[in-house]
Amino acid sequence: MNALDWTVLLVTMVGIAAYGAWHTRHTDHLDTYLKGSNTTRWGTIGISVMATQASAITFLSIPGQGFESGIGFVQNYFGLPLALIIVCAVFLPIYRQLGVYTAYEFLGRRFDTKTRLLGAGLFLLQRGLAAGVTIYAPAIILATVLGWRLDLTIIGTGLLVIIYTVTGGSEAVSLTQKWQMGIIFGGMVTAFLILLARLPVGLGFAGAAHIAGAMGKLQAVDFSFDPDKRYTLWTGLFGGLFLSLSYFGTDQSQVQRYIGGAALREGRLGLMFNALLKIPMQFFILLLGALVFVFYLFQPAPVFYNRVEWQRHAGGSGGSTFRALEQKHALLHAANQERIRAWLDLRDRGNIAAEPAARAAMLAGQNDQEAVRKEAKSALLAADPLAKTKDSDYVFIGFILDQLPHGVIGLLIAVMIAAALGSKAGELNALGTTTTIDLWRHFRPLAAHDEARNVRVAKWLTACWGFVAIAFALFAGFAENLIEAINIIGSIFYGVVLGIFLVAFFLKKVGGTAVFWAAIVAQTLIFALYLLRHRVPALDISYLWYNLIGCAFCVALSLLLQTMLPDNTGHAPSQP
Amino acid sequence: MRSTPPEPPTSDDCPGVPGFRNWRGIYLFVFLWFVVVVALLALFSRWFS
Repeated sequence: MNALDWTVLLVTMVGIAAYGAWHTRHTDHLDTYLKGSNTTRWGTIGISVMATQASAITFLSIPGQGFESGIGFVQNYFGLPLALIIVCAVFLPIYRQLGVYTAYEFLGRRFDTKTRLLGAGLFLLQRGLAAGVTIYAPAIILATVLGWRLDLTIIGTGLLVIIYTVTGGSEAVSLTQKWQMGIIFGGMVTAFLILLARLPVGLGFAGAAHIAGAMGKLQAVDFSFDPDKRYTLWTGLFGGLFLSLSYFGTDQSQVQRYIGGAALREGRLGLMFNALLKIPMQFFILLLGALVFVFYLFQPAPVFYNRVEWQRHAGGSGGSTFRALEQKHALLHAANQERIRAWLDLRDRGNIAAEPAARAAMLAGQNDQEAVRKEAKSALLAADPLAKTKDSDYVFIGFILDQLPHGVIGLLIAVMIAAALGSKAGELNALGTTTTIDLWRHFRPLAAHDEARNVRVAKWLTACWGFVAIAFALFAGFAENLIEAINIIGSIFYGVVLGIFLVAFFLKKVGGTAVFWAAIVAQTLIFALYLLRHRVPALDISYLWYNLIGCAFCVALSLLLQTMLPDNTGHAPSQP
Repeated sequence: MRSTPPEPPTSDDCPGVPGFRNWRGIYLFVFLWFVVVVALLALFSRWFS
């Protein structure tokens, strides 16, 4: 990065944060601080919902996913539009009608205090654990490739987001997310156009797509019922529906984004905006990764994309092994370029007879290169059993640094940091709000009428969560696969929380005591499944199933317990 | 049990989107868009396979 890149990066990031903090510095009404301005329109809500979900990892890892495994990951989002329709039709109108600040406040109205506290507690535990990971994950990648100090990267981004989130609350979060998403869209489209321009002369988008398709990178929809396949139309529809319903309907970091606004219409249209755009957006990011794959077919490609990790070991005692692997990969890479060009030539000339053999030769060459990449990862592990062998997260950032002009590099680094700040801000805002409304105000009911004090407490608690996240990111040792860590944490809790909400919305005869104990038992079951998965082979299932099992068990047990408990309907609703 | 959840309003307000008289129309449009997007993705995969 040169001075121009630093200027672009600092002006955009600090400028947006300063604008958000300055514009909302007089936010002293609890309603505005926690729900955002009551004049917020659907566009701002829609972008805010999108920015909260799209973390920096979205723009670092997903192109890497497209590069390595193709665009099939897009199916993971197939349940999202259907879940958003349900949230719009059922969840959102009730949240707005009750005028709640948090989703868990609704549980208090519908059931009782203990169920509300359980819902809020599960959210705080889950989000609190994930908070450190979401700030650490982009920082470790950016610090590695840019040579920045990891601790300063974590502290710098953490403090920036704390300043404007604490100052302006929900309004500042939505306002800054709007500008941050502008930077993200602008940066990603610019990277896409430059990538197309850097493809070999005459290849173009169609040629690149045909190569990517022939290499198996453009299989977007898989209709098979093979249970061994992680991403199919069916896992996307059913698993994705459950995940999205939990996330958008019951996770306060999302609920807080859409319960405010000028009217019910604004929240609904904001969610429908996401239902329309999310799949095309994820497709675009994955396609970018698949085209980066094609780009590196015609350019010198590293054998291992985390070059810092590679160099760290290549300079050691086993350096000759690493250099031999580099050489072997380079030779295979050059040979396969010839095969690809031969296949393209036959294809363009319409030579149907010779084309299949040329395609098979090209694929065999690609498989040989992949085998060398596996050898390289084994060599890394042999040199250091703790070496990080997952390099797909480094593909896109490596492309940015090597291939994009200065200024655009700064813009793309700004994209990553903007995404990190946007999602982090939504998370801190939700953690602060839930702690204030569901815990502090509950245990100090007399203070609930002092609006200024409530805002002060909400600010302090938001800042506290920010510092907890920074400390967690600085001092905790995280597993290599950070996305998986976040998903596992989420899946352990999401199913049960969704179960509680589904009972609340759809099973009107079930009361608080039944659902509370059902949730406790279901959560214990999920913990047991997770902890025993290595000891009992039959329990070693994909963590995604925890969502379904937790939810189904919670709902079924609630119904069962309700039949055994005395009918306790007719109690007066609790006060918020 | 303290209370039952209020019924979600079905036609509480007009969506205010040209061409749509109620929210059901919007939901149907979003669902059809989803079907079209999945179909286009399947065609895209087939075309470039």
